[in-house]
Amino acid sequence: MGIKMSFDMFMQHFINAVGLGSLYGLIAIGYTMVYGILRLINFAHGDIFMLGAYFVFFATVSYKLPWAFGVLAAIAGATLCGLLVDRIAYRPLRNAPRISALISAIGVSFFIENLSVVVFSGMPRPVVQPPLLMKAFSIGGVRLVPLALLVPAISFALAAGLLWLIYRTRSGLAMRSISHDIETTRLMGVSVDRIIALTFALGSALAAVAGIMWALRYPRVEPFMGIIPGFKAFIAAVFGGIGSIPGAMLGGLSLGFVEIMSIAFFPKLSGYRDAFAFILLILILLVKPTGLMGEKLEDKI
Amino acid sequence: MSGPDAIGEGNNKTRDAVLTAVAAVVFAAALWLASSNLDGYKLRIINLIAINAILGLSLNLIYGMTGMFSLGHAGFMAIGAYVSALLILSPEQKTTMWILEPIAPWLLNVRAPFVVSLAAAGLAAAFFGWLVALPVLRLGGDYLGIATLGFSEIIRILITNLTPITNGSLGLKGIPAHTDIRMSYGCLAVVLFCMVRLMRSNFGNVLRAVRDDEIAARTMGIDTFRTRVLAFTLGCFGGGLGGALMGNLITTIDPKMFMITQTYSLLMIVVVGGLGSITGSIVGAVVVTTMLEWLRFVENPVTIGGVNIPGIPGMRMVIFSLLLIVVIIFRREGIMGMREFSWSRLFRGGSGGGGRR
Repeated sequence: MGIKMSFDMFMQHFINAVGLGSLYGLIAIGYTMVYGILRLINFAHGDIFMLGAYFVFFATVSYKLPWAFGVLAAIAGATLCGLLVDRIAYRPLRNAPRISALISAIGVSFFIENLSVVVFSGMPRPVVQPPLLMKAFSIGGVRLVPLALLVPAISFALAAGLLWLIYRTRSGLAMRSISHDIETTRLMGVSVDRIIALTFALGSALAAVAGIMWALRYPRVEPFMGIIPGFKAFIAAVFGGIGSIPGAMLGGLSLGFVEIMSIAFFPKLSGYRDAFAFILLILILLVKPTGLMGEKLEDKI
Repeated sequence: MSGPDAIGEGNNKTRDAVLTAVAAVVFAAALWLASSNLDGYKLRIINLIAINAILGLSLNLIYGMTGMFSLGHAGFMAIGAYVSALLILSPEQKTTMWILEPIAPWLLNVRAPFVVSLAAAGLAAAFFGWLVALPVLRLGGDYLGIATLGFSEIIRILITNLTPITNGSLGLKGIPAHTDIRMSYGCLAVVLFCMVRLMRSNFGNVLRAVRDDEIAARTMGIDTFRTRVLAFTLGCFGGGLGGALMGNLITTIDPKMFMITQTYSLLMIVVVGGLGSITGSIVGAVVVTTMLEWLRFVENPVTIGGVNIPGIPGMRMVIFSLLLIVVIIFRREGIMGMREFSWSRLFRGGSGGGGRR
């Protein structure tokens, strides 16, 4: 059976779960937006996340840039990579069979990972955490570092900003319109390719932020660090309801809670941690295939 | 709707049968010569080609014939390799190999001949494939890629953690090298025969219908869900069989062998050969297997004209993945497209391999 724990310990795990979950959610948003619009699983998304982490590592550790600049440069770099992926690997295949686009996606992901091994070397590198973010303090009996609170705060703020962009601006309107009917939207005079590029840019920027925060929380970077979080974040997007941004955050949080809490209560399961997401995917597909907050995506005839 | 290979059938059936028989005998003789004259390294590559062809064919059944996207073949190979190895290893080998934890008692004395272990490997992989396919394909298969990718990782997690059964991360060593030219090409011949018969049967037509237009297929009364599950399960059987042959060729298996990279190489075989072409998967297996070996030179230091160029570790896979993208963007149909080899096309067109290059 599981172990008994004090309230303080529970709160500690709770905060961990919110932090991890909001990171999953932030990555999941990029998946859900691209899937909502193109019905494409952007396998390279997890690698953009990895690039974000690496860029901030090089900017701050190798080039000794101040953190603020380093973070901005990393976000810009990763966003550019996301745009390039769309332009080079996905746009030529817009009218090709879906399986071609999927193969291209997995090919790009494979390429970025292997190129990173050659360029950055396959060795994991330690990330230096800014001391300011790591100065421990305690509320009640719960010991905390500022980073643990900063991660969910930034994640939720960015998600809220994105929602505003999608529901209150013309570009957002165009995005929602494309996800309903890409051809009609084109006929309405919307530059579809530009809106799709914007979607990739936004998703990549969020993935980069998640990557940076991930590198701070688990202080190391390596070329394959994006595969498992990316895989889990996609499942979070499906769990929350693919196509829905609040759903992506909710799915991410759910997954964060399942992972942290099941290990907190059943430490013996820690070897199987990466399997929980998969079980969650199978369960939601069996019980509610549209996800917690999703609408049914209609078949396009 | 009959397959593209129906063109040459009819008046030339006898001639084609004779030609096929002659070609098979010539090929078998060539293999026999090779197995007694070539060194171990070359023989290993020749064996690998056959195994990769089996794996490529089984993945093509999922990708090219039915239009599903799966990334789990490495996982199904792992299941096959472990099932086969556990059945072949002797109780003495097992007792000495399990160092960290003792082997599960029920497993110690289980033994089977090689051929039986191959069948068991295929069946076990097919069973797990079926288990994954049931919930995931209910939705038409959009999430199959991600679910199988996850499954393949979970198989590795399970193998690493279930030490009493799998010996954990230490893997299994000293598997008897049962896979020789006779065995690997024998299996390939059986798989090839089954694939050709399958694709010429009505079920082959059903698969193509589901791939080309799911809604139209459903209107015709085809149960697309069942068709997909069946095709996927059959494909996984091939994955398990290939994995078992691989394990008995290399004689050592561990969880690290079955990473996603393994699936990428198979994907490359199917894409380069041509999605939906049986001939293509064979051609793809030859091309990709030899290319992967040949590409090792970029990782070794070379001296050109007195200048020493250091090898770049990992460069092989960069070139390899770049090729995958280039092929899928610029030549989506691969080498064969959906065409198949046929004798009459060979005589008529005069171009090798039965199609335009």
